[in-house]
Amino acid sequence: MPVDTIAGTPVDVNEEGFLTDPSQWNDDIAVELARREGIDPMTERHWEVVRFMRAEYEAKGTGPTVRVLGKTSGVPVKELYQLFPKGPAKLAAKIAGIPKPRGCI
Amino acid sequence: MHQIVILGGGTGGTLTANRLRRAYGWDEAHITVVDQDDAHVYQPGLLFVPFGLTQPEDIVRPRGRQLRHGIDYLTTGVDHVATDRREVVLADGMTLAYDALVVATGSVLAPEETEGLTGPGWMERVFTFYTPEGAAGLEAALDTFDQGRLVVNVVEMPIKCPVAPLEFCFLADWFLRERGVRDAVELAYATPLDGAFTKPVAAEHLGGMLADRGIELVTEFNTGEVDGTGGRLISYDEREIPFDLAVVIPAHNGAPCIGRSPGLGDELGFVPTDQHTLQSTVAPEVFAVGDAASLPISKAGSVTHFEGEVLVENVQRFLAGKPLDGSYDGHANCFIETGFHKAMLIDFNYDVEPLPGHFPGEVGLPLLKESHLNHLGKLMFQWVYWHSLLPGRDIPGIHSAMPTAGKKHAADT
Repeated sequence: MPVDTIAGTPVDVNEEGFLTDPSQWNDDIAVELARREGIDPMTERHWEVVRFMRAEYEAKGTGPTVRVLGKTSGVPVKELYQLFPKGPAKLAAKIAGIPKPRGCI
Repeated sequence: MHQIVILGGGTGGTLTANRLRRAYGWDEAHITVVDQDDAHVYQPGLLFVPFGLTQPEDIVRPRGRQLRHGIDYLTTGVDHVATDRREVVLADGMTLAYDALVVATGSVLAPEETEGLTGPGWMERVFTFYTPEGAAGLEAALDTFDQGRLVVNVVEMPIKCPVAPLEFCFLADWFLRERGVRDAVELAYATPLDGAFTKPVAAEHLGGMLADRGIELVTEFNTGEVDGTGGRLISYDEREIPFDLAVVIPAHNGAPCIGRSPGLGDELGFVPTDQHTLQSTVAPEVFAVGDAASLPISKAGSVTHFEGEVLVENVQRFLAGKPLDGSYDGHANCFIETGFHKAMLIDFNYDVEPLPGHFPGEVGLPLLKESHLNHLGKLMFQWVYWHSLLPGRDIPGIHSAMPTAGKKHAADT
């Protein structure tokens, strides 16, 4: 399994760059991952979504899909796309250090 | 005497009821099936309606008639389930108490959740083939469609039968060629996924088949708005796809009665369920089967069929106070109609993606490959559905667990 050094910390990642062990994550890693995806700076609204993703993952074992995120996070889908362009659920999951949401089967 | 209540008289509810009725003597269990209407649709048949290959009335039968003697069938809505009191509250306020509840309420389409989808143009130039009415409306529209852009769009996963929209593209290509107008029509397939399908090997095969047929593939397209008047699909990240005729598969939710039942469903109204035992994680006496369950596998009739065996075993074990059997492996099996009297077959589970080879063993139907034999298999399946799958009979040679004998793994090739 590949190891990537993010913000000075070695972490295990998969071939798409998602952390495989969410416990290795910290705020500095999130900021660096966001920067690599072109999100700079992380605003309070970004953090709100990222922390929500982590809480959902801890409770349910999988991150929410965009539609669920729009229904439950308090951030409307349109804004989610402005915060995390292209694929909010995928991108926010990556920055939150959790696996890619499995919603799409 | 055990009281078993089954919500839903579709694929999952019917085959579960019939299998349970055979498993228990009449004095051992009382089985009740509840559904809001008496029309059981053979849903795989909807795909063929827009192309005039079948008629809506040919794929609908009464629900009650598919149930064995000794099963009570109630045609009534369900208001909600009170899991704390172990009872179902019906639309008329009557209640049904249960020792075991099987939720088989399927999924419902939610076109109203996409801005503009049910606005101007809906059922005129914007259709879905996921309902009998939509499929019939689309047949009329396709009949006179001889030039312009035809766009097939999946709004969001999960949807029932994730291969059906691709099959629609392949059949549309065939249909338009047969009518001699294919050159005047641009065909496009827009999906929220990052490829033609979810699983890598099949996505590559299916993506290649779209390319071979000159069907444009637009990936990671998350439909935010449908502009029926201007003929545009608009994504949340503000990309646009123009259309003259749009075939849209709307977002899906669980049944509304699940949403009304405190603690029973997730955000979308699907029942959180153990992926190996099919017992809900909500309450031990509640089980879920088919589309109603929130499982990481396709919402498809074959999945429901393969789940049925484990589910029925586990309802019996639960009622007898025994440990449950955790053997459901996520087995799914789908014929993919590809036009020109051919079809492809894919077979997979939670862990093994669709691979080439043969099904169910080394001699059998070709996997991940177009063939006339698979097309005949798909046509024959409608008979198998009514006469073998719903009555809950085992289909010879086809088991709940996914077979591995005929599959070619990457390491073998």
